[in-house]
Amino acid sequence: MSDLNLAITARNVRENIVNCIGSLGVGHIGGCLSIADLLAVLYGKHLKHDANNPKMEGRDRLVCSKGHAGPAIYAVLAEFGYFDKSVLETLNQGGTTLPSHCDMNKTPGVDMTAGSLGQGFSCAVGCALGSRLRKDGATIYAIIGDGESQEGQIWEAAMYAGHSKLDNLIAFTDYNKMQLDDFTANINDLEPLDKKWEAFGWKVWVIDGNDIDAIDNAITQAKAYKGQPKMIIMNTVKGKGVSYCEKALVGSHSMSVNAEQRAQAIKEIRGE
Amino acid sequence: MEITKNTLMKEVLVDHMRNVLANDPNCVMLDADLAKCAGTNVLYKEFPDKCFDVGIAEANMTSMAAGLSSYGFKPYVSSFAPFATRRSADQIMISICYAGQNVKIIGTDPGISAELNGGTHMALEDIGMLRSIPNILIYEPTDTMEFYKALPQIHDYPYPCYIRMHRKSPALLTKESDEVNILKARIMREGTDCTVVASGIMVETALLAADELAKEGISVEVVCCHTVKPIDSETIIASAKKTGAVVTAENHNVMGALRSAVCEVLCENYPVPLESIGVKEKFGEVGKVPYLRKVFNMDVEDVVGAIRKVITRK
Repeated sequence: MSDLNLAITARNVRENIVNCIGSLGVGHIGGCLSIADLLAVLYGKHLKHDANNPKMEGRDRLVCSKGHAGPAIYAVLAEFGYFDKSVLETLNQGGTTLPSHCDMNKTPGVDMTAGSLGQGFSCAVGCALGSRLRKDGATIYAIIGDGESQEGQIWEAAMYAGHSKLDNLIAFTDYNKMQLDDFTANINDLEPLDKKWEAFGWKVWVIDGNDIDAIDNAITQAKAYKGQPKMIIMNTVKGKGVSYCEKALVGSHSMSVNAEQRAQAIKEIRGE
Repeated sequence: MEITKNTLMKEVLVDHMRNVLANDPNCVMLDADLAKCAGTNVLYKEFPDKCFDVGIAEANMTSMAAGLSSYGFKPYVSSFAPFATRRSADQIMISICYAGQNVKIIGTDPGISAELNGGTHMALEDIGMLRSIPNILIYEPTDTMEFYKALPQIHDYPYPCYIRMHRKSPALLTKESDEVNILKARIMREGTDCTVVASGIMVETALLAADELAKEGISVEVVCCHTVKPIDSETIIASAKKTGAVVTAENHNVMGALRSAVCEVLCENYPVPLESIGVKEKFGEVGKVPYLRKVFNMDVEDVVGAIRKVITRK
């Protein structure tokens, strides 16, 4: 049976994303909405974290290597009290603590700077190695994009994590099958993606990445699994939960959210 | 360690790494399949939990180091100069510098000291690429004694550092009693007619040129600018005020590194005639250092010619 609290959290995260990007009127909304369910499950159930002490020793860390999903991270951080929800409306404004791409030196709760694709994932491997050396028992989570997986650095990092059997590292691919220019299959196809990760020494799950139970189960299994780094390939819908974004398909990578669209999106998310 | 004229730069590096790995619980070392070349491979047996050879994947090594730094570690990464910098430029910019991670980057055999590895391995643009990144310190050791004294300061420097080091044994110009401050240029020889601001292997060349010209009564001041960023403007301006003419001499393309930095300082503060020695609009090529000095006009006679020319322009 679904965890009702997590479903409510996911709904609130989506609402926060729409308000955050809507305040500016444009942004990477598609790839933010696609990972809203994952973020709700991570922060609501699995991530060892403390909003009152964002730099807590031994905390689990989340590296959002697809750094353009910053607004999704801000949405979940606001939901869990890292800062007031009103701060979401400062996205990308001069002097903001919420820049378009994740910045560990600007936003409380952001563990790693990302934006130049591929790099955050290597940083996450460095964190996993650091946690192993510190013996602090932390789990390092990383979210990578499907388009981002075309970067060579992803596979450099994957190979070394597999070689090093970094089993404190759990990664997610937001596999919404779309990137800025077109469908990934038309640009530079990733398939067979699961086989690639397996070949690089990772334990792989392929799930419905917008199904809260499926995400919860996969993370639970991944945490228990030892001896290899873990990849959870999440089949997701870009723009999930907001019909005009879903219909925009590739166009939702970065698109406008005007006042009317914002109001309509909130209605849909609330099921009104 | 005891420094003699036969001590190799890489031996000084290994001695430093052994000290910091033993004494700084946060220090870690990363290589990209060139540990044997840097000499750091011997540390892998001594510190198996603190040394990581990530294979031929410099981008991953550089960002991984940033991840380790975010976890409270102080990582050193090492490779040949072109791969430590050119290959990983965006990772140095974003993962390390933009994210504020204190990583020490070691690039070995810069410029013509890459010798027989040739043009592909000859970093002549590494400083130019990194110098416009905020906060990074760029240090090119002059000799083993200076390097020995500078490394602990680099370890304690609170920002990322790029160490552009010769692996072999350049002429030993620094005495044990000499003071070395990584943020201060060194007056290697005082003079009144012209200043040569030199770095790396060109410091010795500049001193030999000064010897030559002294025979004719021309007095040359040699300033060793081991740290091109942040540059010691004060020492360079003071010397230019004294001599009224400057030659820069570097083992790098003349664009973006020492010449550029010195020109920026002087143009904005005390403009004087300036000539430059360094690689000019050419790629590297294979050969031994004496041959390459001729190809790129980086010999003693070239520095002598530049000094003569700049003095006529006063």
